[in-house]
Amino acid sequence: MSNIPENLRYSKDHEWVKVDGDTATIGITDYAQNSLGDVVYVDMPRVGDAFETHEAFGSVESVKAVSEIFTPLAGEVSEVNSGLNDTPESVNSDPYGTGWMIKIKMKNPGEADAMLSAVEYEEYLTTVS
Amino acid sequence: MSSENLKKTPLNAEHRELGGKMVDFGGWDMPVQYSAGVIEEHMATRTRAGLFDVSHMGEIWAEGPDAIEFVNRLTTNDVTKLVDGQAHYSALTNDLGGVVDDLLVYRFGQERLLLVVNAATTDKDWEWIASHKADENVALRNASADYCQIAVQGPDALGILQGLTETELDSIKYYHFATGSVDGVESIISRTGYTGEDGFEVYASPEFAVHLWNKLLKTGNYGQENGILPAGLAARNTLRLEAGMSLYGHELSDSITPYEANLGWITKLQKGDFTGSEELEKQKEEGLKRKLIGFEMKDRGIARDDQAVYVDGEKVGYVTSGSPAPYLKKNIGFALLPVEFANIGQEITIDVRGKHLIAEVVPTPFYKRQK
Repeated sequence: MSNIPENLRYSKDHEWVKVDGDTATIGITDYAQNSLGDVVYVDMPRVGDAFETHEAFGSVESVKAVSEIFTPLAGEVSEVNSGLNDTPESVNSDPYGTGWMIKIKMKNPGEADAMLSAVEYEEYLTTVS
Repeated sequence: MSSENLKKTPLNAEHRELGGKMVDFGGWDMPVQYSAGVIEEHMATRTRAGLFDVSHMGEIWAEGPDAIEFVNRLTTNDVTKLVDGQAHYSALTNDLGGVVDDLLVYRFGQERLLLVVNAATTDKDWEWIASHKADENVALRNASADYCQIAVQGPDALGILQGLTETELDSIKYYHFATGSVDGVESIISRTGYTGEDGFEVYASPEFAVHLWNKLLKTGNYGQENGILPAGLAARNTLRLEAGMSLYGHELSDSITPYEANLGWITKLQKGDFTGSEELEKQKEEGLKRKLIGFEMKDRGIARDDQAVYVDGEKVGYVTSGSPAPYLKKNIGFALLPVEFANIGQEITIDVRGKHLIAEVVPTPFYKRQK
């Protein structure tokens, strides 16, 4: 069973978002890391890069496969988790904590409200697995 | 394709029970990894032991007075050099010298050879071999369904298997085999593998597969710290890549010759004519145009299969296999390049999804075990 914290918002691409004022922290869900397998590399954008909603901002690679990661929210990257350069496995071991990927200064702070709640995401997972 | 339409080995339920993530591999429903994950499975095989279900591989018997002559005519290595109880690595070649498949040839007797071929190519190989029989006195039999095959690989493999058999394993030399009982099951015990480690491949009747598999896990202390781990196709691939071994459909194909794939050591032109030998002789005399090389990424990033390779801004070749190397903790791969760039130290760039990343040609194998 996937771990789905209640205080986060979710996308159908299996990203999670934590909103703090006009900043959103973004990572991939427990379900996503489990499907990917051992993460060995995370390719991330630079601070200052701007993205539209659902645009690919980087990729996460396991031994076997590459998956693009999409930002569920439009905005400008204010911080990237450079710790993942040395410990990409944090994405597997702590996807909602030390495995976070980027922080975005949101263009439309209301955008996160339209994302899935924990309950809705859990329900969505029953339709994909 | 849903898993109902896929072929299954006798260990299918065991894989699911062990948390295997099942995938379609050449028409077979196989575990790509188990619950421990590919990195753990890879490391366990390098440092302790890994257990692999390779029952999907194909087995073809060639029996009769002309068995050696026949197989010698279809393959690159010299079958006349084998003695009873010995096996060798070889290639089935087509008329142009390309590789139909790579295989192991086991000699059971003067008139009895067993060919072990890749799973995805078993049907193709069987048709190829059967259709190339001329007037030789040899009986051919596709016995793929008559065998399960379980590989136990790694520094602890001998000790684990020895706990289940009275056959003295230490006396079986590398690339030799014996027939004997493994926990009461009549088996072919072969000191071969596809991981770069010491280890054995055990062939037996499929009805005993579950028994053998579970006994090997138990004897190897699966579930305990430092125990054996079942290992899936993903670890099998990273292990063989680190060990510099070719994978059919990647480093080898109908349009790649053994010389291009650095398999001159199994290509014995002096033994006499075999399928494609004229073309191969010509290639040897004229010199190669392209060659398989090993590379290591210098930039951060991972090259993947089929990505384009550039030198000085010009596309010159492609990646045949690219992957992270879990034991070496590097990103490595094989690429097919024009010979002028196939030199150790040559800098190349690889188009990794639009980014040109720097890599360097390095010697292979990438990994060699301490003996």
